[in-house]
Amino acid sequence: MASTETAGTETAGTEDDAAAVGTAADAAAAAAPAAARPRKAADSHDLAGLEAGLDALDTVQVRRASLGQTLVSKALPPVVAVALVLVVWQLLVWAEVTDSYKLPAPSEVWDEVSDAWLRGTLLDYIWTSVSRGLLGFLLALVIGTPLGLLVARVKSVRAGIGPILSGLQSLPSVAWVPPAVIWLGLNDSMMFAVILLGAVPSIANGLVSGVDQVPPLFLRAGRTLGATGLRSTWHIVMPAALPGYLAGLKQGWAFSWRSLMAAEIIASSPELGVGLGQLLENGRTASSMPMVFLAIFLILIVGIAIDLLIFSPLERSVLRSRGLLVKS
Amino acid sequence: MATALTTQVADVDTAAEPPAYAARLAHVSKSFGRPGARQLVLDDITLDVAPGEFVTLLGASGCGKSTLLNLVAGLDRPSAGTIEVPGARPSLMFQEHALFPWLTAGKNIELALKLRGVPGGERRAEAERLLELVRLGGAHGKRVHELSGGMRQRVALARALAQDSQLLLMDEPFAALDAITRDVLHDELTRVWRETDLSVLFVTHNVREAVRLAQRVVLLSSRPGRVAREWKVDIPQPRRIEDAAVAELSVEITEELRGEIRRHGQH
Repeated sequence: MASTETAGTETAGTEDDAAAVGTAADAAAAAAPAAARPRKAADSHDLAGLEAGLDALDTVQVRRASLGQTLVSKALPPVVAVALVLVVWQLLVWAEVTDSYKLPAPSEVWDEVSDAWLRGTLLDYIWTSVSRGLLGFLLALVIGTPLGLLVARVKSVRAGIGPILSGLQSLPSVAWVPPAVIWLGLNDSMMFAVILLGAVPSIANGLVSGVDQVPPLFLRAGRTLGATGLRSTWHIVMPAALPGYLAGLKQGWAFSWRSLMAAEIIASSPELGVGLGQLLENGRTASSMPMVFLAIFLILIVGIAIDLLIFSPLERSVLRSRGLLVKS
Repeated sequence: MATALTTQVADVDTAAEPPAYAARLAHVSKSFGRPGARQLVLDDITLDVAPGEFVTLLGASGCGKSTLLNLVAGLDRPSAGTIEVPGARPSLMFQEHALFPWLTAGKNIELALKLRGVPGGERRAEAERLLELVRLGGAHGKRVHELSGGMRQRVALARALAQDSQLLLMDEPFAALDAITRDVLHDELTRVWRETDLSVLFVTHNVREAVRLAQRVVLLSSRPGRVAREWKVDIPQPRRIEDAAVAELSVEITEELRGEIRRHGQH
């Protein structure tokens, strides 16, 4: 030990212990065992107790609301809001503010629902669109994720296609329907193409902003732990960017669903089957407002349901596990 | 020991006999900025940390303490001079705990073990052992936000120890803690250091803390950072921050530090 003390440590202090080298402290500790040892044992015991006390005092208590509270605070307000809308709607119909073919009564729309249900076509409408939408969304996920990572992590790629990707997000995806029909014809692949062009930029951009918001401290910590390159991406960057990524997925789903509806309304063909967009178009050509309302409600309900059943729980569980939903 | 060394680290023959130092800095300088407008941050730092030694680097703002640690950690390269760190990549603790919030306390440690190459079956037990070492035995499944500031730094210490390197670099790790917790963590760090064969290079601007912990205190001057002076601290451990001997040496070092700071007001 002493031999290592020579290089670069010539600036010795004025203290009289300057001659003593590295082992001095150890030697001193060893030379005074009678004094040091009892104190050490007592200290050690005290320290454990002190630490346990501090830990108990400082620990954050995380409390979750009960199911009943959640129902009252989360489910009740939207139910009341929907009930209010129905009441106002019925009042407008009774007041005959407009012709009855323009504004059907809620009961007429309900008849349309039960009709479709009894004919067994209601679930078909929904499933045709939902299966298309979800499959298209999954494809967009598979393409958008690596694309987003590339844009976020590779400077030249970001400079090259970053702005285009942001620009594509503001382009209404309905604009892609005419070229998609011409290139691919009236079939499912044309629908998927329109969904992809709508959703991929959202998903990729979400991931890019998630990666941009990763605290540099995590990257430094990761590097000191030995996470570089792909291992850093997998163990540090991706999990750290997860909240932003999920927000992108949520928006990506909204864009998928909207693109799909636009495609279904514009492009109709018997081979495509009747989805919700087609149902809406059928309602328009038949001048059946109850059918139009039914289609609009179903489109809205599916969009909300997917968000409530898939994305919101996912987002909340991620945020909660990171302590980002804790209220003090 | 088999882990690849950081790039600027000269290869040392570990097979023969253990190297006589845990870190060796020879004439290290570092400057930032474009050519023509370069700012010298560290100037000709020469410093050895012996195996098992506890060294504190002390200095006012602008002395380049954190820059120096980054260099030793291999996160940045020196502009001149050499840094040798034999063995595994040094572990680094920050002022912020830097634990990953998407993992539990235990999984944070297991990630460090995984990145070090410890097989999957052994990680859990090793993480438990390290948590026991910092007296957080039951905290494996705790989320980071459920832990207090002191507990987080102890988990961070356990994670740093999981890297199994010979050298632990600490960048003002207790600066953000309250006085009582900091005091407890001083005791804890001293205990862990004595139970392991770690060398520690500890950066701080707190003189008392430096004296309380170290075997050797190195004072850096500011702008650029140079080794101004160093003191051997042979006050026997366990020490307390309020010990008379600690206070006495702190007064002396503080005077010196103030002198260094005053020099900057004179130009």
